[in-house]
Amino acid sequence: MSTQTVSRSRVDIPALLAWFIVALVVVGLFCPIFRPDFRVMDVPRLSLCLVILAIAAVRYELGFMRNRFGDLMLGVVTAVAAWLLIGTVSNHPGDAALGFWALTVAAWASAWLFVERLASWKSASKTTERLINLVIPALFGLTLLVLWQIIVTGAGIPKVLLPAPSEIWLRLINSVPTLWADFRQTFLKAVLAGYAIGCGSAFLTAILVDRVPFLRRGLLPIGNLVSALPIIGVAPIMVMWFGFDWPSKAAVVIIMTFFPMLVNTVAGLSASDSMQRDLMRTYASGYWQTLVKLRLPMAMPFIFNALKINSTLALIGAIVAEFFGTPTVGMGFRISTEVGRMNVDMVWAEIAVAAVAGSLFYGLVAVIERKVTFWHASVRG
Amino acid sequence: MTSLAGAKDTEMVEKHTGASPDRVIDIEKLSLTFETGDGPVHALSDIDLKIEQGDFVSFIGPSGCGKTTLLRVIADLEKPTAGKITVNGVSPEEARLNRAYGYVFQAAALYSWRTIASNVALPLEIMRLSRSERQERVARNLELVNLSGFEQKYPWQLSGGMQQRASIARALAVEPDLLLMDEPFGALDEIVRDHLNEQLLQLWAKTSKTVAFVTHSIPEAVFLSTKIVVLCPRPGRIYDVIESDLPRERSLDIRETPEFLRIAHRVREGLKAGHSYED
Repeated sequence: MSTQTVSRSRVDIPALLAWFIVALVVVGLFCPIFRPDFRVMDVPRLSLCLVILAIAAVRYELGFMRNRFGDLMLGVVTAVAAWLLIGTVSNHPGDAALGFWALTVAAWASAWLFVERLASWKSASKTTERLINLVIPALFGLTLLVLWQIIVTGAGIPKVLLPAPSEIWLRLINSVPTLWADFRQTFLKAVLAGYAIGCGSAFLTAILVDRVPFLRRGLLPIGNLVSALPIIGVAPIMVMWFGFDWPSKAAVVIIMTFFPMLVNTVAGLSASDSMQRDLMRTYASGYWQTLVKLRLPMAMPFIFNALKINSTLALIGAIVAEFFGTPTVGMGFRISTEVGRMNVDMVWAEIAVAAVAGSLFYGLVAVIERKVTFWHASVRG
Repeated sequence: MTSLAGAKDTEMVEKHTGASPDRVIDIEKLSLTFETGDGPVHALSDIDLKIEQGDFVSFIGPSGCGKTTLLRVIADLEKPTAGKITVNGVSPEEARLNRAYGYVFQAAALYSWRTIASNVALPLEIMRLSRSERQERVARNLELVNLSGFEQKYPWQLSGGMQQRASIARALAVEPDLLLMDEPFGALDEIVRDHLNEQLLQLWAKTSKTVAFVTHSIPEAVFLSTKIVVLCPRPGRIYDVIESDLPRERSLDIRETPEFLRIAHRVREGLKAGHSYED
């Protein structure tokens, strides 16, 4: 009974994918790919590439080139096929027919197959293994971008609803000075200043709260209250208090980041167990010695949690705060005005910048965390 | 015998005013009551105990008899509610502030962000010793517990027995005359435990420290001690104090001798009697 379930659940996904790709390529080769009657045979390069793709996909099942070279070839052919599909569809925007969609799905399936093969590589050295671990998520992201490009162009989706990645990229590289100025205004000034002041002051407050029990009862509820304030209510008030330039946005960021840092640090400071504290007591250790040598190291995993949460909160806070009055520069300002002018590709370019900046910021904090809390069970693995 | 002891006493009184200088711990009519939601709990009641310089004293008894609490009172980790206690002739708090003792807990309680060497150096950093002094003491005490070569390892890379040895080295690094050990080998298996017991005895013989040792193992208590204090619960009190006449130099083989078995028997009888007392 149990063996039956096991054997049934073990579907050979690569084989399934391979035959699926073959079927789709056959559909693509014999159905029109663009309206009214454009066939894949009209683009000999593409049809040749697709035939190779289908063969490369089923070569395991047919029993040849069952090696890494074959796997790599599958990857390269998939990339070429995707490139040719993008090129062909850009000449027939909005005209894609059944055959084209079949070929798109075939390209996606072969990308999946390639990743499956890649993941099963038994690597010799540690560096190649690490490289594969980096390549797989990168391929995943790339596949999404390619699909986005093909579907948006092929289905002729209006630019206002969703521009193609190529259009966003073009806008991005043509507006580097504007984007850089916005990035400097929002990220390098408001976010970083607000993040540093917010997290820093919350850290010091946490130590104060921990030292003076009376404050724990008084300050924590107030911190809780402030964090519950809606950002769209606070932002205009901060603009009135601190003016149109970045300090008012930094103030919003401070308000957003303060509470997570405060709560986490307070929790972290009580993370040491009674035996560890007794140990320090037997050494006649003073308050500050115990703080520096025991309680702060123990609090680090908590503190870094807050720093990671805040790294993304800060960016969101600064961008949203710019909707409520800014000088004519800044990521939030750009998004709100370009939406009004229907320049959606510029909005997406700003979103791309924000996504990359936010991810890098988060990644940087995470890397520092691994260095600092190397000893913690969740890191040392 | 009695006259000899008496003569010795008077001589000491002449030299030093007050209590005997060899008396490391002096406990008189000590009681400790915890106030809990279910009413008072008499953890210790009417304890009288003297521990002399160089003694190896074991506290043995069933769980809840207050043996750990008694050790914690000596270490000033708990405050007694009645009675008198002096450690090295002063109050436990003063003794603690003087760093008069080293305390070994049930678990190693090593800090996982510090290497073994830096864990052993922790109390020395708190005492603000110079860097060279710290290094010297760390090396010496790690060697004493056979952990040389593991200086740069982290605690989680070591076995439980090695971690506990590191924690003993950490307590010894303070260079106290008094060592307080709270079931230090309780979590270890029999073989490792025997081995560490032997090492501990050798260490004690080498350094002539005073040791107060909490355990619930009869063979361990008899093997290690010059004096065995049997406690019984509810309220925690001393039932019997057994002066061991085993030679100071002992090996594990001594556990097969009639003397050893006689003392072990007396401890067991004490534990049994202490239990039946309340039923």
